[in-house]
Amino acid sequence: MTQLQARGVVRSYGPSPALRGVTLDVAEGEIVAVTGPSGCGKSTLLHCLAGILRPDAGEVTWRGQRIDTWSEADRSRLRRTEFGVLFQFGQLVAELTAAENVGLPLLLAGTGRREARTAALTWLERFGVADLAELRPGEMSGGQQQRCATARALVTEPQVLFADEPTGALDTLTGEQVLTQLVRLAREQRTSVVLVTHEPRIAAYADREIVLRDGLVDHTGLGLDLPVVGGQR
Amino acid sequence: MVGVSTPHVLLGLLAGGSRHGYELKRAHDERLPRARPLAFGQVYATLGRLERDGLVAAAGQDRASGPDRTAYALTGEGRSTLDVWLSTVETPMPYVASTLFTKVMVALLVADVDVARSYLIAQRSAHTARLRELTSVKTDPAATLSDVIAVDFAIAHLDADLRWLHTTLGRVADWHREVHP
Repeated sequence: MTQLQARGVVRSYGPSPALRGVTLDVAEGEIVAVTGPSGCGKSTLLHCLAGILRPDAGEVTWRGQRIDTWSEADRSRLRRTEFGVLFQFGQLVAELTAAENVGLPLLLAGTGRREARTAALTWLERFGVADLAELRPGEMSGGQQQRCATARALVTEPQVLFADEPTGALDTLTGEQVLTQLVRLAREQRTSVVLVTHEPRIAAYADREIVLRDGLVDHTGLGLDLPVVGGQR
Repeated sequence: MVGVSTPHVLLGLLAGGSRHGYELKRAHDERLPRARPLAFGQVYATLGRLERDGLVAAAGQDRASGPDRTAYALTGEGRSTLDVWLSTVETPMPYVASTLFTKVMVALLVADVDVARSYLIAQRSAHTARLRELTSVKTDPAATLSDVIAVDFAIAHLDADLRWLHTTLGRVADWHREVHP
């Protein structure tokens, strides 16, 4: 069943169009990779789907309700409860410990402090970093921080996880370990995932791949501007 | 790199102690999951050759369950052969020989850019499907480390092929001009 839809989404930054009418469906529990060359609009699409950015035109629908017309406060609430967001650099709060960072979305959603801490420790354990619970981000490696950030993105057991190049800053082995665990847990709890990446081997974790080129879905699936035969080098 | 050397794999599997042909086949499948299937006949034929060459020797019969089964053990000479093989560095890609590369070249020789591109696009699609299939092995909670390491090897090679397919798609028009000046 379709949970999340984009219909003809257009978004520009000043005079530069980033998305020129993107239509996309994400089903419940589905993992969709959004790929394409640099500047094709994939991060902008993720931001529009997650309600971080408002499209200039078109619609974003969550379980049949248009969310692009919602207020910032309502979209923010949706991101705290039903959506999870994960970026390339974990963006942990520097002053908080790993356990506090992971428990934060639960506290913001009204969960009690003790319950939030218990859940945070469980999620840190799932990503193999329970022993770092009392460390602050500055005391952790990039890979450890990203494991904490991934745990934080999943701690509310969101319906959809939006992940923008989540392993882009990690070495190959760490990236694979984080992504493997992320996908296992998402499948286990039927969380849909929108995974933005430019790497085929990362996109291969998804059930389906949407390729963007110049702000549009490239139905050839190539994301490549093929030179005209007989054209210039 | 040359293909898998079944004799050396069998010598390696015997390094931990003597085994019957059946046990060798089972250990092979466990340690090298997703390898090209190894037939029982091939195991026995290889053991026969290794015995003839003095690299393994019969080490008793097991009559406990069904027909006679001969166990084989590594000889001193077998161990030396194995050590030499393990310490020999393989020549990395001594020839640029790949069906993928050759097929695009031949398509350019006998047809045109569109045929070469169509082949590249179809092959890219098949590679992507296989990449996804192998990646799903890694996220299966039941996957062993042997499974993960085996599919990692295939994934890395498919990924490299995909990068080559992608850049070649962008270069094939120029390449055609070079082949047909």
